[in-house]
Amino acid sequence: MGAMPAIPLDRVALEASGLKKSFREREAGERHWRQVDAVAGIDLVVPRREILGILGPNGSGKSTLIRMMATLLIPDAGYVRVFGLDATRDRMAVRRLINRVSVEASFFKKLTATENLAYATGLYGVSNRESQQEAARILERLGLPAQKLRVPLEQLSRGQQQKVAIARALLTSPNLMLLDEPTTGLDPKSRREVQEFILEVRATHDATIIISTHDMEEADRICDRVAIIDRGRFVALDTPKGLKSTYGQGGDSLEAVFFNLIGSTLEQDTIDA
Amino acid sequence: MLAVQVARESQAVWALVRRNFHLIRRYLGWEVVFLFYNVVNTLTIGLIGLAMPAGTARNREVVYLAIGALLWNFLSILFQEVSNSVQWERWEGTIEYSFMAPIHRLTYLGGVCLWAVLYGLVRTVVVLLGVAFFFHISVGGADLVGAAMVLLASSVPFIGLGLMAAVLPLLSTERGAQATQVIQGVLLLISGVYYPVAVLPHWIGWASVLSPATYTLEYVRQAVLSGAGVVSLIPVSLGLLLSGVVLIPIGLIIFTVAERYAMHRGTLKRNG
Ligand SMILES: Nc1ncnc2c1ncn2[C@@H]1O[C@H](COP(=O)(O)OP(=O)(O)O)[C@@H](O)[C@H]1O
Ligand SMILES: [Mg+2]
Repeated sequence: MGAMPAIPLDRVALEASGLKKSFREREAGERHWRQVDAVAGIDLVVPRREILGILGPNGSGKSTLIRMMATLLIPDAGYVRVFGLDATRDRMAVRRLINRVSVEASFFKKLTATENLAYATGLYGVSNRESQQEAARILERLGLPAQKLRVPLEQLSRGQQQKVAIARALLTSPNLMLLDEPTTGLDPKSRREVQEFILEVRATHDATIIISTHDMEEADRICDRVAIIDRGRFVALDTPKGLKSTYGQGGDSLEAVFFNLIGSTLEQDTIDA
Repeated sequence: MLAVQVARESQAVWALVRRNFHLIRRYLGWEVVFLFYNVVNTLTIGLIGLAMPAGTARNREVVYLAIGALLWNFLSILFQEVSNSVQWERWEGTIEYSFMAPIHRLTYLGGVCLWAVLYGLVRTVVVLLGVAFFFHISVGGADLVGAAMVLLASSVPFIGLGLMAAVLPLLSTERGAQATQVIQGVLLLISGVYYPVAVLPHWIGWASVLSPATYTLEYVRQAVLSGAGVVSLIPVSLGLLLSGVVLIPIGLIIFTVAERYAMHRGTLKRNG
């Protein structure tokens, strides 16, 4: 595990300590519940304006970790603080500072992008006219043709839906963006567009970004630091360069690092999921 | 600061109403079908009354039944819209986004309820027009103002019940929807929608005093059929309001507890 840099408190966007979350799980027909330790003790400090990558196989706890940061799950142990505010106790204040993009786009599928965005931003108290203009600008930047905003979302491809989801999150001007596998299932061109856009958001919005992914090239390309997560624990946390020099055995890709640290469990979990 | 918060929360209420309006527009076919069914259903129930020998008793019976059908129509829309809204958001997977918004849960639920009342009124008025056109029955001696007062007062406890029902889909998508239907069925049985509650067998009849709809139906009928005046309807209206003032906070507390439970157990998420 990489050493945690000493960061002055006013420059900390997110801090997590001793974070744990377990779920109960039962297979069909089974009588007893089994405990799944989705997040099994995570400590983390993310400085302002950092892009932190969370890289891990399916089922390693990425989404659970992000949900706790997003005030959607209450930790069993430990805490998350966002700009010094506790994600459980000061939930409302934290919610004003964050937004999240999940793997699945999650929209009212019969409604158009415009209607969906009107609803989502309306809940944040953003005026509709303002948000529609900004949405058009963001989506144009992401390469989504304007007329796509006026057809039911179910008619958009997954990549196009994901772009609308990114716009939805950005429209509320969050200081901390939580992106849960935003590029999974996107074609290479769309993936590239989204990655470029994430970099642009950080540059223009004073935003801190936490992004989970299982795309190593992506993590390498856009993240300042990368945490490698396996079975609910960080097994490494460093800059891509640092990771490569520590665990890469002389190779120049994060892939070598990843397989070194996680090894065979990757294939097994990926097949399970 | 407070003004900003209030502006934000009213924007959110409006966003909910607007979203539901958009959804209706998109599912217009269903809307027309439901409305058609509602009108026909109310008419057929009224027609049961027409089977009686002609005379004032017959007119009275038709109106008695039509009031039951109309009110049940309104109250069940209210109840269903409130509980469906959570159900629907869970189904689409938007609930995590909606619940992550920095607004009070009361605001969210307030928007849902406001929509339910508006929508229920519009649909009921359409059915009422259909009924009036079909039966040509005059309700000359009726005190419609009094009837409207009782009806509005009874929306309040029904919203409270709706909030409690909305908790169920929060805990389990499928079971929740099932439970909502069961609760609605029980209310239909015990509230005397098409018959006086006195005809219910004793073992279930006592439960009628627990349903706000029992009072709504009884007093709206008094207003329309016997011309009971506004003044005489004030006590029951206040009673209904008061029960709402008790039921809504209880509903809200249950909802908040259930949401917290869901945030512990991870049941808000659909997948991913
Ligand atoms: N809400 C939940 N209820 C039950 N089990 C869950 C829930 N969320 C996640 N899990 C389980 O926790 C583990 C980690 O899941 P998740 O955080 O989604 O991983 P990832 O996002 O890395 O694929 C998995 O075994 C998953 O089945
Ligand atoms: Mg995930």
